[in-house]
Amino acid sequence: MVKPDYVLFDKDTTAIIFGNQQAAVQRMLHFGYLAGREKPSVAAIVNPSGGRKGLMKVFYGKDEILLPMYNKLGTAVKNHPDADVVINFASFRSAYDVSVEALNYPTIKTVAIIAEGIPERQTRQLIALRKKLGKWIIGPATVGGFGGGGFKIGNAGGALSNILMSKLYRPGSVGFVSKSGGMLNEMANMIARNSDGVYEGIAIGGDKYPGSTLVEHLLRYEANPEIKMMVVLGEVGGDDEYEIVDAIKDGQLKKPLVAWVTGTCAKVFPSEVQFGHAGAMARGEAETADAKNAALKEAGAYVPNSYDDLDKHICKVYEDLKAKGIIEEKEEVTPREIPVDYDPRTMRRSTNIISTISDHRGDELLYAGIPISEVIRDGYSVGDVISLLWFKKRLPKYVTEFLELALMITADHGPCVSGAHNTIVTAMAGKDLTASVASGVLTIGPRFGGAIDGAAKYFKDALERGLTPRQFVDEMKAKNINIPGIGHRVKSVHNPDMRVNLLEEWAFANLPKHKLLDFALEVEKITTAKKNNLIFNVDGCVGIVFVDIMHSTGIYTEDEIDEIIDSGTLNGIFVLGRTIGMIGHYLDQKRLHSGLYRHPWDEVLYMLPSETEVLEYRKAK
Amino acid sequence: MAQRGIREYDAKRILAKHMRRLSKGTFKYRGRVVLVTPDTSIEAAAKRKHWVKTEKLTVKPDQLFGKRGKHGLLLVNATYDEAKSWLEEKMNSIVEVGKVHGKLTHFLVQPYVELDKEYYLAFAGHQDGDYIHFSAEGGVDIEANWDMVTTVNVPIDAKIEDVDLTPILDSVSNDEMDAFRDLITALFRFYRKLQFGFLEFNPFTHKNGEFFPVDTVARLDDTAHFLCHEDWKDVEFPAPFGRELRPEEQYIEELDEKSGSSLKLTVLNPKGRVWTMVAGGGASVIYADTVVDLGFGDELATYGEYSGNPTTEETYDYAKTLLDLMTREKVEGGKVLIIGGGIANFTDVAMTFDGIIQALDDYAEQIKKHDIKIFIRRGGPNYKAGLAKIREAGKRLDLDMEVHGPDMHMTKVVSIALKNLEGGR
Repeated sequence: MVKPDYVLFDKDTTAIIFGNQQAAVQRMLHFGYLAGREKPSVAAIVNPSGGRKGLMKVFYGKDEILLPMYNKLGTAVKNHPDADVVINFASFRSAYDVSVEALNYPTIKTVAIIAEGIPERQTRQLIALRKKLGKWIIGPATVGGFGGGGFKIGNAGGALSNILMSKLYRPGSVGFVSKSGGMLNEMANMIARNSDGVYEGIAIGGDKYPGSTLVEHLLRYEANPEIKMMVVLGEVGGDDEYEIVDAIKDGQLKKPLVAWVTGTCAKVFPSEVQFGHAGAMARGEAETADAKNAALKEAGAYVPNSYDDLDKHICKVYEDLKAKGIIEEKEEVTPREIPVDYDPRTMRRSTNIISTISDHRGDELLYAGIPISEVIRDGYSVGDVISLLWFKKRLPKYVTEFLELALMITADHGPCVSGAHNTIVTAMAGKDLTASVASGVLTIGPRFGGAIDGAAKYFKDALERGLTPRQFVDEMKAKNINIPGIGHRVKSVHNPDMRVNLLEEWAFANLPKHKLLDFALEVEKITTAKKNNLIFNVDGCVGIVFVDIMHSTGIYTEDEIDEIIDSGTLNGIFVLGRTIGMIGHYLDQKRLHSGLYRHPWDEVLYMLPSETEVLEYRKAK
Repeated sequence: MAQRGIREYDAKRILAKHMRRLSKGTFKYRGRVVLVTPDTSIEAAAKRKHWVKTEKLTVKPDQLFGKRGKHGLLLVNATYDEAKSWLEEKMNSIVEVGKVHGKLTHFLVQPYVELDKEYYLAFAGHQDGDYIHFSAEGGVDIEANWDMVTTVNVPIDAKIEDVDLTPILDSVSNDEMDAFRDLITALFRFYRKLQFGFLEFNPFTHKNGEFFPVDTVARLDDTAHFLCHEDWKDVEFPAPFGRELRPEEQYIEELDEKSGSSLKLTVLNPKGRVWTMVAGGGASVIYADTVVDLGFGDELATYGEYSGNPTTEETYDYAKTLLDLMTREKVEGGKVLIIGGGIANFTDVAMTFDGIIQALDDYAEQIKKHDIKIFIRRGGPNYKAGLAKIREAGKRLDLDMEVHGPDMHMTKVVSIALKNLEGGR
């Protein structure tokens, strides 16, 4: 459903939060929960500085939920096309760049900028951009706002107690806008005490050039049939309030408007005093609070003589509208209950570890949500169990088949490779199974078995950048990096590795597309032309075929595939497979009752310093 | 924070560094200016810059106020010796400018320029762009001659090279057109690149590719410091004339700069009987307004605010500074302290009130001695705990104190406090 232009926030609005603002996110979620939203108002969090991707743990009502966390705004926007608000918590140094990026994404309609102290010229450029694109900016230098009975920006609205006190969890009939963010709650409270409450409350921020102006929000309120009256809190300095005066005079604003411009005290100050807000400094008589209040009153707004009487004016206008039947009595809704008031200190203490793959607490053990009985009775294979526990879902059959194939092929490679050798030596020293196997596993790394990740990563990157196989080989040579997945100690073109052939055969038979494998085979042609043993090896083949598989499932984005590779998942295949072989070698040695192994001395080249070198050293000392 | 005035000296000094590059070699500005202060004499300047002794000079105060000629504070076409004795006479003297009294401490000295024509040029930012105002009839009467000023708007994302300046150069002869175009273009680049909010040259002239600005008024956007600090090089943002910072104001300003929160303090009337310590930029103005609206403007001692969740320590420092100022002069009938604020968004009321309570602990005896009544109103995260703590502290220290929460109208506490001022009106 397309929302009308005047709606920025409603009960379905979701936002992307730029900045690692757990407390603000939590407050937004609590607010939405109270208001009875169906889903959380935060779609995702972008945490650029830590670069930490993953999940943020938060509460939604009684439940602890996980929100996706990205390190790039672009990824978050792409993965959450329904989110049309970006709440930009970047510092004043980077707020401009982040806002430009956010405004340029077609799915983003509103950007709220929290930072104070953004250079005025940058803000003016942002305003020009948002006007050109037909979008909204709230801020800078603001806490934001709330509206539509279910969405709020970051910390706006304050503590839960205040949200309850001011009944912000359900929409009232009053549209409110102010410059000051600090006055937002205060005004919402005042309005709640003197009417049926705020429908929407926005603080545009105290800067000289706000991203959207008071009158722009009032015109939205005018267009919104749910809003019956408006309240505006202006400020000394600037001429925003005269735009309101003009809008009333030419009939654009017709709904009753209660207005007050603060800063009447400036007249008694001896010389210019800069108030807390950057925009609050009167330059010339027209910008004073007194002049603006007078002009608003003259145009037909309800203007008190002092802030002290603002509440009475709101009450009077509201009661009038009610008497005329324009505002109808609404039935009070009871907000959903939240167990405890939010407290960041206790919340962070609540749990220390997140588990998203298995749960032992219920009647039955769960693997990625599947009860163990189902796993057994429905004939899950070992590959299926791996896919549940590694990838959190049951992957298609050809994938699990490949996993099993890879485990079988990598299960062992004879007693001489470092893993088996270490296991054998440790077993011969009389150590137990765990120690022996561990000592073998510990040799797995970049030189032994660990090329799976590297091959997947480098080949995938080269293909994505559109390099030809030749360019890729040249580039790696120029960087002086051996291409992971290429080369073998023993095997060569004339003595091919059967394991590689088997994997390739499987891929050609089972995958509709195998772009990366094709690319790798082209690379192999170039490398083997240089040297016979620079063949595509088994590590490389497992890694690369697995990337092709992930693409073929169609359920993973490029970023997710990169993350799977970066987290070392593919090396896991080798570790798991080879452990089968190493356990075998341990058991083999036990059966043989082998004694302690001692390496024959004539297999070692001894090269100590010569006698003369030692003498010289002694002399020097 | 915002646009702030800088000294004419700084504006010209910075311009001299950039003029040749920004005009692509078409103009130069020699930047022959020196600043004379109580610590840097004209004698010392003459040793570094030979023109100070060889040229005829213009001398004027450089303290962010204009109309210096009309106030008899302008010396022109003077010899070095004349300038020196004039400076000796004026330095550290108190003068009245407009409604404000202040001490003269900073003077600009530059070579005197004989003008056959007085041009006017100003750049002023507005939301959608920047205005260029130009007139061939500049000088002290520019305001009277404002109808001679022509204006062109440069949209915020337009390049100055793409803007047609011909309409504002009507009054300039054809053979001078290109030179003016180059000059205005260069100065506009300077204005934009160095993040000025306002820049005015009145009057100025140029000759053979050299720029002669006589008077310059400039405001920089100080929030752009992180972008421009290399170009600005130690620029100073002086307090407005007559508003020299007191040590306490200076202290709070330093505290503010170091903190991620906002801490502001301006002493209006140290003998005043109404003191405020208000949380929030918006609320603080409203509290001051209400004091004024209720007729106690002349008793208002300070304007200030603390906001953005300051730490307990920062709030303590702020409260201590205020209480210290407040307990210096004894006033008949006592004083009131309004610790006010709206309903905070995320400032932790209990934590900030801890800081205030520490300060009350330190100053309890003084507070009683000066017959100070304290009125409190605050809401926001943890406000119940905060209010309970301060109420308890009030009892423990035996202070005259009234505590209110968000169920009372925000400024009601002001009228209650003012009624308590003995001999109140």
